Amino acid sequence: MERDDLIEYSLPSEGKVGLHSEQEGISIRKKIYKVTILLTVVTVLEVFLGAFIKQDSGIWPLVKWTFVALTILKAGYIVVVFMHLGDERPWLRYVILVPYCLFILYLIFIALWEATAIKGVLSF
Amino acid sequence: MGGHSVQLNQKQLWGGRVSPFQVSYGKMMMWFFLVSDALTFSGLLVSYGFTRSDSTEAWPIGEETFNSLPFLGHGYPLVYVALMTFILIVSSVTMVLAVEAGHRMDKRGVIKWMIATIIGGFFFLGSQAWEWYHFIHGGEFGKVELADGSIAIVKGHFGEVEDFKVIKAGKHYKKDEVIKDDLMHSFQHAAKTGNIKNGIITLHDGSKAKINKAEDHDLTLIIKKDGKINKSTKETKVIEGENAKKLYYDAIYSGQPNRVFYGATLKQNEYGPQQYGQFFFFITGFHGFHVFSGVVINIIICVGVLLGTYHKRGHYEMVEKTGLYWHFVDLVWVFVFTFFYLI
Repeated sequence: MERDDLIEYSLPSEGKVGLHSEQEGISIRKKIYKVTILLTVVTVLEVFLGAFIKQDSGIWPLVKWTFVALTILKAGYIVVVFMHLGDERPWLRYVILVPYCLFILYLIFIALWEATAIKGVLSF
Repeated sequence: MGGHSVQLNQKQLWGGRVSPFQVSYGKMMMWFFLVSDALTFSGLLVSYGFTRSDSTEAWPIGEETFNSLPFLGHGYPLVYVALMTFILIVSSVTMVLAVEAGHRMDKRGVIKWMIATIIGGFFFLGSQAWEWYHFIHGGEFGKVELADGSIAIVKGHFGEVEDFKVIKAGKHYKKDEVIKDDLMHSFQHAAKTGNIKNGIITLHDGSKAKINKAEDHDLTLIIKKDGKINKSTKETKVIEGENAKKLYYDAIYSGQPNRVFYGATLKQNEYGPQQYGQFFFFITGFHGFHVFSGVVINIIICVGVLLGTYHKRGHYEMVEKTGLYWHFVDLVWVFVFTFFYLI
């Protein structure tokens, strides 16, 4: 009997499922190279900032938040373009991203809160 | 009931042949696995942040700790880590190109790009091995506890230890013998165990020798933990010049044990607090383990591609699934790079 519980391949696309033509391939590769350049430029920028701005300088907090923003930007490009999450169904995106973001935001919040409290006790 | 019935054709009916989110079982489970693995890494990085913000000792700074390059020595802040990041990004790109080739059923393209990815993975693992070696081995100056109880890390160019001239014979060495082997190792061991006093080293066989050492250049102390006199505030933490040399050699030539520590173990390290070394080993080690297993999985799938398994199946989804794992490894490194090395 043919099993009907196995859907081997089902990336939504018109016509042939999951496959794309040579023509589409060219534009997809172009996008990949663009993202590569972007990720490299961002990394180089981060290293320059890290190497030349000392942690005790006045603008360090700004640099630190720039790092966080650039990291999230890089992560976004990797997840959406390289991991093709952008091509998946919206609900799959939500199922993956929403619980993760909720958990991690809570974790960061609680860790920062506790760390501040403990530091207060230690330096008292 | 009559009048409400709508004619549904077979296409609209759910016949059990549609998978959730229109994605295959394997791919969805890979995503769920990645979410849980991402939470593990987040937990590690958050606990790193927690420990760092509670630490009463100044935390090491990435560009001070990681400033070496193979064959070139010190003075290249973060360049090596940036190179590692770049290697991993490039291998992620070759992986996505392999997936793209798979969508076109281009078997040769898949093989080419997968081999490139595997090579990139090995390069990264090699870089990490070098970094670990360097981290464990440590620098030439080490971390020093100064006379007032403050702790400082040391930067500068170490003047080479040229030889030891024996002034008092022991079991092995005779008087006036000049020792030229294994100098740095003996020197660091003696400094750590408190066997150097006023420029005279006591060797392991009990002989005493005079140290002949070239002058250090640009010796700089950076205070990491406050003592009675030296404080780690912004204005006072850096000590340079003759004063730095005096404080440093007063400590390591004091004849007291444990005034200096070189390299890193799980218990102690020359860069900062104990937890720093532990987090370094655990986070980069856990990530490195992921890279290693990623390389292994890539090799297995690459063999499958070579044998034509996926071509016969009509699609290269297996390449896509391993691709997801491999991109995830890159994704984690992006965060480790920021939170461990940059900030």
